[in-house]
Parts: sequence; structure tokens; C-alpha cells
Amino acid sequence: MYKVLVVDDSNIIRRKIVRSCDSNLFHIVGTAENGADAVSQFLVLHPQIMTMDLTMPEMDGIRCVETIMKLDNTVRILVISALSDVSTGIEALEKGARGFLCKPFTDEQLNEALWELVEDMDV
Amino acid sequence: MFEETLKVFIDGVVNYFQHTSDKDVKVGTPYLENNSQPTAFDYTGIIGISGPHNGTVYFTAPKILMKHLLLSIGEKDTCQDNMLDLVGEVANTISGNARTEFGRDFMISVPVMIEGAPSKIHLPEHLRSYVIPVYWKAYSAAVVICLDL
Repeated sequence: MYKVLVVDDSNIIRRKIVRSCDSNLFHIVGTAENGADAVSQFLVLHPQIMTMDLTMPEMDGIRCVETIMKLDNTVRILVISALSDVSTGIEALEKGARGFLCKPFTDEQLNEALWELVEDMDV
Repeated sequence: MFEETLKVFIDGVVNYFQHTSDKDVKVGTPYLENNSQPTAFDYTGIIGISGPHNGTVYFTAPKILMKHLLLSIGEKDTCQDNMLDLVGEVANTISGNARTEFGRDFMISVPVMIEGAPSKIHLPEHLRSYVIPVYWKAYSAAVVICLDL
């Protein structure tokens, strides 16, 4: 099982991601409501996978990806955001994210994106 | 505001509801209204827009629609906090998706959510807003766009 930390400022979206994740493959170890909270939890929980919103208070997703990558560049980060322009997606990937899923999304789209993220990883 | 600009937001709201379990959403004919009496239902999620397009985009819906929308995305807890959270998320998603057309200079704020009270929605008096009526299940809601284009 892969340890997953879910980061989004919306409680509804955090709960949707937690409910929708393939529980045979992914174990949700925690949730965070902004980038600063995510960094704190990352240091304690050491997840292998993170889902990351971009527009969040305190520390946004792009800064959070950058910070996490400096701490551990093996973490696989899936950005899940409504910001649908190409350049934002490219910026997130340049900072170290491995995938981008646009909101709104279905359960199937979420799991496909997560499966792609881990297909070359050891469990 | 050009027709194409309105279409970006119409596409955004249709796309949002088509990702719920009840995909049958309809959009009415957009109309202009004065900002002195903004359209508002029970819950409203407001996004501030900055950059070349300054202004506000908000999604407003009655309580019963928000309750069913929560259920349709699999959320069984229909408490008020969750309804407010979701109305903000809908506004955020519709505004964020508009960047496909407007690019990253269309900068959006984190959502501000309010319950009732249209007086809490502050819109520039010198502008008018476009209201896009939204019909989902048996309920009506609206996306309101007030941009200085």
C-alpha cells in the first residue's frame, strides 16, 4: 500500500478524495488544509504520495510542491486543481509534481491519475 | 462583455454539474442586472478576480440544491459547513476552469462563502453583472459575473 497525504483547503474535496481512492492500493495517512499544514504533516507522516490543491491560503500549492521537493524529491505529487491553463500545469510539473488532474473530476479519473503516478514504483 | 466570454462560464458550470451523479443541467439565457441589488440565494461562494480582468465571479444557490449537490458527489453529511464549503468549491472550480480561455493572468482568490444576505455581496456600483441562470434537478441557481473587461 502507498501512503497518501491529501492536501486541499476544501473539506468536501478532501473527504471526496479519501472516499474515492482505491483502498486496495492507497492508504490515506493524513489530510491537510493548506501548504504549511501539509509540510508539517509531511515531516511526521512521510507519505510516498501527495495530492495537492493549488489555490490555498497561507501557503499555496506551487510553493508547497517546491518545499516538499527540497525535503524529499522521491515523493510523487499529483496536483488536483481547478486552474486549467496549460502554463500553471507546466509550472507545477517543473517544480516537481508528477501529474495534474483538473477539477471537477470523477472517482475513475482520480484513480487513473493515481495509478499512473505509481506504475513504476515499488509498493 | 463578448458572447465568447460568457460562454466560458456557461461551459464551466455545465462541466461542473456533468461531473455529479445527476448530469441533467440546463442553463438559461444570461441577462444583465444592476449591482445595487445582486442576485443571491441561500448560499453564495465568491471569487475575487485580479489581473487584466478585475472583478468578481460568484455562484449562488438555495439550500435544497446544495443539499442535493452534496449527496450527488457522495457526501452524506449535509451540515451547513459542508454546504458553505461546497458553494465555495463550485465558484472556485468555475472560475479556475475559465483560465483555459483567459490564461494564468486571470488570477483568482480563495473563495469567500456567505449565507443569505445579498447586502454582504459588494460589487462595483459603476459596473453591471451578467447573471447566468442554472437549472439542476428541480432547482434554480445562478453564476454571476462582474468583470471590468
